[in-house]
Amino acid sequence: MSESIFDLADVTVRELNQTLHANESGTFRVLNPRGAHAVAAGINSDVEVHIEGSVGYYCAGMHQRGTVRVHGNASTGLAENIMSGTVHITGSATMSAGATGHGGLLVIEGNAGSRCGISMKGVDIVVGGNVGHMSAFMGQAGNLVVLGDAGADLGDSLYEADIYVRGAVESLGSDCVEKELRPEDLETISRLLSAAGLAAEPTDFTRYGSARELYNFNVDDINAELAEGQS
Amino acid sequence: MSQPNGQQPWNLRESYTYDRNVIAEIQRAANTGIYRIRGWGAKRELPTLDDLVVLGASMSRYPLEGYREACGTDVVIGADTAENPVRLDIPITIAGMSFGSLSANAKEALGRGASAVGTSTTTGDGGMTPEERTHSSTLVYQYLPSRYGMNPDDLRKADAIEVVVGQGAKPGGGGMLMGQKINERVAEMRTLPEGIDQRSACRHPDWTGPDDLAIKITELREIVDHRVPVYIKVGAARPYYDTALSVKAGADAVVVDGMQGGTAATQNVFIEHVGIPTIAAIPEAVRALQDLGVHREVKLVAAGGIRSGADVAKAIALGADAVSLGTAALIAIGDNDPALEAEYNALGTSAGFWEDFQAGNDPAGITTQDPELASRLDPIIGGRRLANYLNVLAVETQTIARACGKSHVANLEPEDLAALTVEAAAMAKVPLAGTSWIPGQNQA
Repeated sequence: MSESIFDLADVTVRELNQTLHANESGTFRVLNPRGAHAVAAGINSDVEVHIEGSVGYYCAGMHQRGTVRVHGNASTGLAENIMSGTVHITGSATMSAGATGHGGLLVIEGNAGSRCGISMKGVDIVVGGNVGHMSAFMGQAGNLVVLGDAGADLGDSLYEADIYVRGAVESLGSDCVEKELRPEDLETISRLLSAAGLAAEPTDFTRYGSARELYNFNVDDINAELAEGQS
Repeated sequence: MSQPNGQQPWNLRESYTYDRNVIAEIQRAANTGIYRIRGWGAKRELPTLDDLVVLGASMSRYPLEGYREACGTDVVIGADTAENPVRLDIPITIAGMSFGSLSANAKEALGRGASAVGTSTTTGDGGMTPEERTHSSTLVYQYLPSRYGMNPDDLRKADAIEVVVGQGAKPGGGGMLMGQKINERVAEMRTLPEGIDQRSACRHPDWTGPDDLAIKITELREIVDHRVPVYIKVGAARPYYDTALSVKAGADAVVVDGMQGGTAATQNVFIEHVGIPTIAAIPEAVRALQDLGVHREVKLVAAGGIRSGADVAKAIALGADAVSLGTAALIAIGDNDPALEAEYNALGTSAGFWEDFQAGNDPAGITTQDPELASRLDPIIGGRRLANYLNVLAVETQTIARACGKSHVANLEPEDLAALTVEAAAMAKVPLAGTSWIPGQNQA
């Protein structure tokens, strides 16, 4: 199948994105991204996009269905709110990679900065290196697999997302606790490593999840207790 | 001197510092160990638009005929940036209120009422429901810190996008939805476990500050192919800077929500003590727009305690292009209805006082997810009531504008206003009535 080439030295991101939005399929190669923002944002089709170089904020933002591969690094909000499909980068990502993602797969072969997977809602994220502080903060659903280390306050205020870390964890956030690695967790890790094209031994990972102690307010009711005592 | 009941007057002297509300709150806190969470908005006495009066025409101003001469009410948002700008027939919109905090019938009623008079409704924390999209001809999709239910398919269906930085009831605070309202459908839409006490994020997860926000807005525009306008909503705290930075970030409209703005659930201490009143916020937002040379180009939507056509006219005269209302819209569709007095009494309150939107047991079926209660609200009748109310507000606004000689309500200006109190004169930056004195600006 032929490949369309977009050289961002010559065309705007808007022209690129409008073309990607208008096509149901096809392969697109993007040259000279030079840190441009919102490259390949809002894809909702089966297109395959190869970006040759590093991108700025919100690359592949709100991604649906197709595949975006970045041969370089990415800045803030890589694949934020991803719904489905795959976003894969060979380098590292800065803050908030995969933020609020509802589904799909995000692979970061290098490191991810702070707040990787913040408020994740079903996305699967695999990071080949380390993740920064506050990763998976308020994570609601999905899986974060980290082959390296995790920074401070991992999984703070976590809901039902699962976090698997192979290396060291600097500290756990509020209500995030170490949990038993069950057979289904090994399967999940194995499946996601395979999808990401990364190799590691699933049993080397530690699982972290929510203690569920912040789910509801603690309410005392002294008056009711006294009334009950009198009845 | 003794009273008829034998009490001495000083025996029933209420403390100004420790009045009955204060005493009851101390007792409640001591009994439960949890801060008071409630709905509605600020209940304490605050400076309001009632502290301003409209001057009307006189020897030096010609009024327009009240029932005959045209007086436009339309507003266009995003004319220069969006392929499909928002075109409102009246400058009165419905503020963001989520499905979850409100029942599906209530959202439908709001959509029906607003659509009938050619104005917009707004989603809320929790995403867009099909019912809401169907019944709102112009629907603004809120983009919130929590991103609950945030779906690009819905974003593409929206007529405008509103990036919510804050709201008047709680600038600096996130949303809240108590467990009794997180039923199966609400939980699924928000990807949360059923029955939890949801405390939403207060900060966006993928941008910090106006430089980032400018890039975020670029991304949003890219995703919707630059079809619809983008608003930024802020709680009124530092409106001059927040408005200026919103313009810098690329907003087509800035929504400034004063501290009278309502909420479905927030800490009482937040509702009553954080933010500044609407009357103080509008002129500062306008000053920012004027300093940047974009007043009337980037639209200003004022919110927080808008109740009447007088409020609408005064807000516009101060420099707003439109207003947004939430609490008043809920009252219009049936909240605090005296016909439900017995049920309010059973909840320990009374029609006109009920504020527990967080509780999920709304007798009017509006702020609830209980199917039996929700079925009490007929969305068609509710929609008609809202349409009637919005029509009254629009006609009242025109009435005032015509009296000031304006052929369009947008032509109302600060010169048409005077203040009744020194405080209002200082905040609204219009002269104290009967003088030419604006505190801080000139001498009497």
